[in-house]
Amino acid sequence: MGYTPEMLEMIKKVEATRAARVEKKARGEEFAAMGIDERNELKKKFHPDYKSDALRKVKIGPNAGDEMVNKFVDVLETPSSLELDKVDLNKVDYETDVLIIGGGGAGCAAAIMAAEEGANVLLMTKLRLGDANTMMAEGGIQAAVRAKDSPRTHFLDTIGGGHFKNEPELVRALVFDAPVVIDWLDRLGTMFTKNEKGVMMTIHGGGTSKKRMHSAADMSGAEIMRTLRDAARGKPNVTVVEFEPAVELILDDKGQCFGAVVKNLETNQYKVVRAKATIVSTGGSGRLHYQDFDTTNHYGATGDGLVMAYHAGCKLCFMHPVQYHPTGVVYPAQNIGLLITEKVRGLGAQPINAEGEQFVFPKEPRDIESSAFIRECHDRGKGVPTPTGRVGVWLDSPMIDMLHGEGTVRRELPAKFRQFMNHGIDISRLPMLVYPTLHYQNGGVEMESDAHSKQIPNLYFAGEVAGGIHGENRLMGNSLLDINVFGRRAGGSAAKASRSVELGSPSLTHVVEYNREAGKKGLTGRVAAPILLPDYVGKIK
Amino acid sequence: MSAEAKTKEKEEKVGLDLSKANFIDIYIMGKRYSVPDTLPIMKALEFCGYKLIRGVGCRGGVCGACATVYRTKGDPALKVALACQKVVEPEMYLAQIPFFPAGRAVYDDIEKMEPTAATVRGMYPEIAKCMGCNTCTKSCPQDLKVMEYISAALRGDIEKAARLSFECVMCGLCTTRCPANIVQPNVGILCRRLYGSRMAIKSPELARRVREIKEGKHDKPMDEVVAVAKKGVDKLRPLYEEVQKDKEPDSTPRFGED
Ligand SMILES: Cc1cc2nc3c(=O)[nH]c(=O)nc-3n(C[C@H](O)[C@H](O)[C@H](O)COP(=O)(O)OP(=O)(O)OC[C@H]3O[C@@H](n4cnc5c(N)ncnc54)[C@H](O)[C@@H]3O)c2cc1C
Ligand code: SF4
Ligand code: SF4
Ligand code: FES
Repeated sequence: MGYTPEMLEMIKKVEATRAARVEKKARGEEFAAMGIDERNELKKKFHPDYKSDALRKVKIGPNAGDEMVNKFVDVLETPSSLELDKVDLNKVDYETDVLIIGGGGAGCAAAIMAAEEGANVLLMTKLRLGDANTMMAEGGIQAAVRAKDSPRTHFLDTIGGGHFKNEPELVRALVFDAPVVIDWLDRLGTMFTKNEKGVMMTIHGGGTSKKRMHSAADMSGAEIMRTLRDAARGKPNVTVVEFEPAVELILDDKGQCFGAVVKNLETNQYKVVRAKATIVSTGGSGRLHYQDFDTTNHYGATGDGLVMAYHAGCKLCFMHPVQYHPTGVVYPAQNIGLLITEKVRGLGAQPINAEGEQFVFPKEPRDIESSAFIRECHDRGKGVPTPTGRVGVWLDSPMIDMLHGEGTVRRELPAKFRQFMNHGIDISRLPMLVYPTLHYQNGGVEMESDAHSKQIPNLYFAGEVAGGIHGENRLMGNSLLDINVFGRRAGGSAAKASRSVELGSPSLTHVVEYNREAGKKGLTGRVAAPILLPDYVGKIK
Repeated sequence: MSAEAKTKEKEEKVGLDLSKANFIDIYIMGKRYSVPDTLPIMKALEFCGYKLIRGVGCRGGVCGACATVYRTKGDPALKVALACQKVVEPEMYLAQIPFFPAGRAVYDDIEKMEPTAATVRGMYPEIAKCMGCNTCTKSCPQDLKVMEYISAALRGDIEKAARLSFECVMCGLCTTRCPANIVQPNVGILCRRLYGSRMAIKSPELARRVREIKEGKHDKPMDEVVAVAKKGVDKLRPLYEEVQKDKEPDSTPRFGED
């Protein structure tokens, strides 16, 4: 338990420089941030996205010819996992106004809004309601609330962070709804961290020019998720079905979305859902382990929604840049890949190499920060080895109490403190060892700013499954925001539309044809998709 | 393939250097398995060949999906843990709890509810039957003072109940053991929502900004910047660099009012 004697010895080098670093930091001095050209060069040399085998061109479907991350192409270049012969489309098992696929933050926000519009809502989810990436978010949620900040500034920070590739209308929706979302969550009962005058705590995140990250201790996502889940459960016209994921979308003869085929994970039976409007909010895909990276994501993050939407004819965007979070756990090995929130750096902890030196501005955008860590470990040879053969850099968390007063770590990072204490490490006294981890799917399915699919009528998207909002790189705190902004928009739009939709007859021809095309192109060798659950049998992941 | 290469391949597949691992025996639903002693229960289950459907979520100790009960040989005590956090112990007999029936009271609009003892007792009358046995506290994997938050709720000290239950992951382990049939996590979330919505002081600047947005004060600056964005990077980059140059220093207060 705890650090090995060898590691404790190495920590001495961090301790040796700590007092001087704290003193400088308290004076407001930091390691210099990089300029745009320097950032670009670093990224090209060290970011995983730029490795020669990172990407390949997809050979099938609406994005044929586009480059995407390799292991994601694997789940596109394969037939559907739906056993078509076991589905009877003439027998409808569930009938609803609005079907929501995926019960994370986006799904619950959508359910609440659709229910308030008077629609009957059926929320089908793969695991338990709220077992989701949303639950895991620690750091916070962005919104331009303070007078010195503005939605305009938030817009610019977001679009610059996304390398100017973001869909401007989606960013407008994101930043414009942001204060309304914070107010809504506050009224639903989210316990934001505030002072005695009601002023909410705000800190910086990578790439923000104003402090606008709101939080609930270091359990921001959990607090938001628990609140949204309870609020969704409280709606009399919301029905939740757990452990029953969607496997494919159903279209009708007019090409509109008709609902979905879902699978009962206990009995393995397929069921047919007929819905006047369908929202896909299935989240991300970290469990596909791009480039074999460990991940921060929950067990159900297998990219199902992307695959289903793709089979139905939706286009994807930005599936080439993947977000690696610079600070993933590398020690203890049991927690490998788990996130250490950016808030730790926000509170003043610095990344330090094996020599006890600072080597990077602590709050570069994530892709840059990650690249700098990889350079330190694999190019400059100043990484810290672990007993299981990994390598990482220190994140000097004891600085936090020195900067902000004894007890700050325990008060502001209670969950992280507990998680390390479980393994005998007191992070208010000892630094943590970190390395980049697979964190976030920057891209996803194309949509309009009312959350409607760009390609298929009656179909909506919200949350991490959607693409375009964040361009090539999402800023911290903009995702908890986007799931609420677009979850609310999707719920409202879908409920309104459901009043006038006329559905035709259901069909899975798109799946039959996708399978046929895959067969023709010889893309049949790998596991079928959506995969629904990762395969860890006999492994340690 | 050489023996060495084979081990290497196995190692990569498994994700751990098995030759260096220390193996111990555990019993999953009564069957014996040998597993590396550094694994949390969840990874041990997978290592032994289980494909998990229930009993797994975040894998990081925050979602509460992985409630597990166990006994160790020779010790009569029934223990509880989160499978993703608890490291296996020798001679551990364990099973995961796939589902535990626990009712949620019927309520919808939290903003119309009073943050009082009467509200909480009305929703969950069984809390009055708490017999103070403290079993809930002893069974909480988060080390929360569960009995104390239930009694705070009973007294109508909603703020205390909210704060004491803040780190509740809603795993339901306390509920499985409570002789008074109390569903503690649901009492906790009710109190947190009542506190957050009805008692915590509202942010004055948030109210101001929401009003400004509704009044359309930010429409014009947004329209303008969106129009520039549509013209392309070259036009937009200078605006971005301008706001970045004006970056707020780290040293401004974290509860900055303006
Ligand atoms: C560790 C961690 C920390 C983070 N920290 C922050 C942060 O501080 N700030 C921030 O802004 N963002 C953060 N993020 C990102 C953010 O939390 C997520 O991007 C966001 O919450 C995703 O929400 P979602 O509703 O789209 O997806 P999720 O919350 O993942 O919900 C998706 C749900 O869909 C279900 N599902 C999946 N497939 C199917 C299917 N086939 N059928 C039915 N249901 C299905 C899943 O089980 C899950 O319940 C963090 C992410 C992680 C993993
Ligand atoms: S209070 Fe109960 S439900 Fe909450 S974490 Fe503790 S044992 Fe689990
Ligand atoms: S276990 Fe039940 S009865 Fe015992 S102290 Fe806790 S709430 Fe009260
Ligand atoms: S899997 Fe989420 S707490 Fe264990």
